Amino acid sequence: MGNRSKYILSRLAQMVLTLWIIATILFFIFRLMPGNPLAAYIDPTFTKEQQDILMAQFGLDKPLWMQYLIYLSNLLQGELGESFKFRAPVMEVIWNVLPNTLYLMLSSLIIAYLMGIMGGVLLAWKRKTKFETIGIILTLFTRSAPQMWVGMIVLVIFSFHLGWFPSGGASETGVAFESEWEKLTSFTFWKHLFLPALTAAIYLTGLPLLLMRSNMLDVMGESYVEAARTRGLGESRIMLKYAARNAALPVVTAMAVGIGYALGGNVVIEMVFSWPGLGRLLVNAVSASDYALAQGAFILSAAVMVTMNFVADILYSFLDPRVTFGRGR
Amino acid sequence: MNTDARMNQRTALAFREKGLLSILGRNLAGVYRFLKSDPFCMTGALIYLFFMLLAIFAPLIAPYDPHEMIKHDGKLAYNQPPSAQHWLGTTNMGRDIFSQLVHGAKPAMMVGLTAAFFVAVVGTLVGLFAGYYKGRVDSVLMRITDIAFGIPFEPFVIVLVAFLGPSVWNIVLAMGLLLWRDTARVIRSQVLTVRERSFVEAAKISGASDLRIIFVQVMPNILPLSFLYGSLAMGWAILTEAAVSFLGFGDPAMISWGYMLNDAYASQALSREAYWWFIPPGIFIMLTVMAGFYIGRGAEEILYPRLKNQ
Repeated sequence: MGNRSKYILSRLAQMVLTLWIIATILFFIFRLMPGNPLAAYIDPTFTKEQQDILMAQFGLDKPLWMQYLIYLSNLLQGELGESFKFRAPVMEVIWNVLPNTLYLMLSSLIIAYLMGIMGGVLLAWKRKTKFETIGIILTLFTRSAPQMWVGMIVLVIFSFHLGWFPSGGASETGVAFESEWEKLTSFTFWKHLFLPALTAAIYLTGLPLLLMRSNMLDVMGESYVEAARTRGLGESRIMLKYAARNAALPVVTAMAVGIGYALGGNVVIEMVFSWPGLGRLLVNAVSASDYALAQGAFILSAAVMVTMNFVADILYSFLDPRVTFGRGR
Repeated sequence: MNTDARMNQRTALAFREKGLLSILGRNLAGVYRFLKSDPFCMTGALIYLFFMLLAIFAPLIAPYDPHEMIKHDGKLAYNQPPSAQHWLGTTNMGRDIFSQLVHGAKPAMMVGLTAAFFVAVVGTLVGLFAGYYKGRVDSVLMRITDIAFGIPFEPFVIVLVAFLGPSVWNIVLAMGLLLWRDTARVIRSQVLTVRERSFVEAAKISGASDLRIIFVQVMPNILPLSFLYGSLAMGWAILTEAAVSFLGFGDPAMISWGYMLNDAYASQALSREAYWWFIPPGIFIMLTVMAGFYIGRGAEEILYPRLKNQ
């Protein structure tokens, strides 16, 4: 067996272990916390017998270790329980909102990484000039501005003041899309998507930009760039063909990790723009003590994050031949 | 060529003579020297100082109690635009926005400083032990770090705060439980190189215990990194507190900048275009977070030493 397949296998085992431990931690967070998990379900008028029947229905009368085993086997089958609030399977509730989160995340990530890579090349190129200083200060602004605040400003300007874009949601009130295809081909949907995607992209651009810049500076010290320079190649050719191409590799893998983070991390933006996605679902589930739903939404974001970390590592091992397959990183 | 390396060598030498306290003293002097030589870093430190003073003297600076529903001539002074009496106007419940803004510095500094402390301490310890002992200790600690990396941060904080109760300290706890992960990884890789240096070897030969080598020989060399990650964590913590408060899981007893944004958003300040209400808290959050990044930018030479030779 080759070194790479060994590495991938061991990373895969590690990923499964990580997921299992996260699922376990989650089980205990949600089970051992104060408050009856059925509080949202139980009417104060219920008799003790009725409550006991409910407890038995949800398996809450069994010893903890048995509940844990049931929970794990359910998870393996993709069975996440019933949402108290929606009176529907958690999986179904999540699948309904997941595409919205994906559209928001992918559109903002693509914009952010395109702008970030170009910006990073420019800043590295113009190192030690006024342009670089201003660029870095601007980037730091976007990185440190709270997302809900940027969202609020964007909303006031483009929605309330200019009236160009709707102020929230993914469709006109009372109108539901028949299918994902109809949604994606409708102009209304893209109009609703624009402001939240812009807000997310403003924040997300900073990371690839700074990463690209520091990679460029690293690569610019490498011998093959020096060699290109001594061969008398033009500066723009060296920058784009030699430096940028190699500096972009780690940024591409960062994007894989970025997808993982963005899926769980767009909570605030989804709330500001009332975007019906996974983050907003989680917040509403937690507020309503809908604990099966909160747990499901959480575990799904965690699973995506762990998987994307894994994908990033594997990608990196293919893209950069210098990666060794020893232990640790 | 590298002043930091020379400084570290000097501290390592001085150590053998005078012990821990003198080293800490020397490092503080080093921190000061570093600040003076770097305008970015200096700006960041000054911003911190400003907000700390604001937090400490808030009751003296703020003209009103931030919770008070102000009445003029028996009438509630709600939704007022900025005036001489209310520099930033009033909220829809007649509370003075400027006073809220000043008082908001306190939870921000509390959360920022404590979270930064936890992140730096836990991250440094994990990184030190993993990097120094290598082998099994390293594997176990780094797997724990991987798990921490697999947990989505914002959802985790929300869930934990929702269950433990809305308090500033629970937000700090949630951050302390997760955010050390980046620090630990970076410190570990740094320790892996430091532990191969000759003065560590020398200490080993002279019979120093592992713990002594870790804290006396190795730690002074990675302290700048802990400091850097602590300052970044401070910004992260303030951002997170603001986000959690904005989502409505904040400490109801404390008026923070995030709470102000939540209040403005929920009270239709946007459709009324009441800029004076929601713009200032965002700027203050941004300034504190940026201060952390400025200190990080100042430490770039530590992170990318190769640039120095160009």
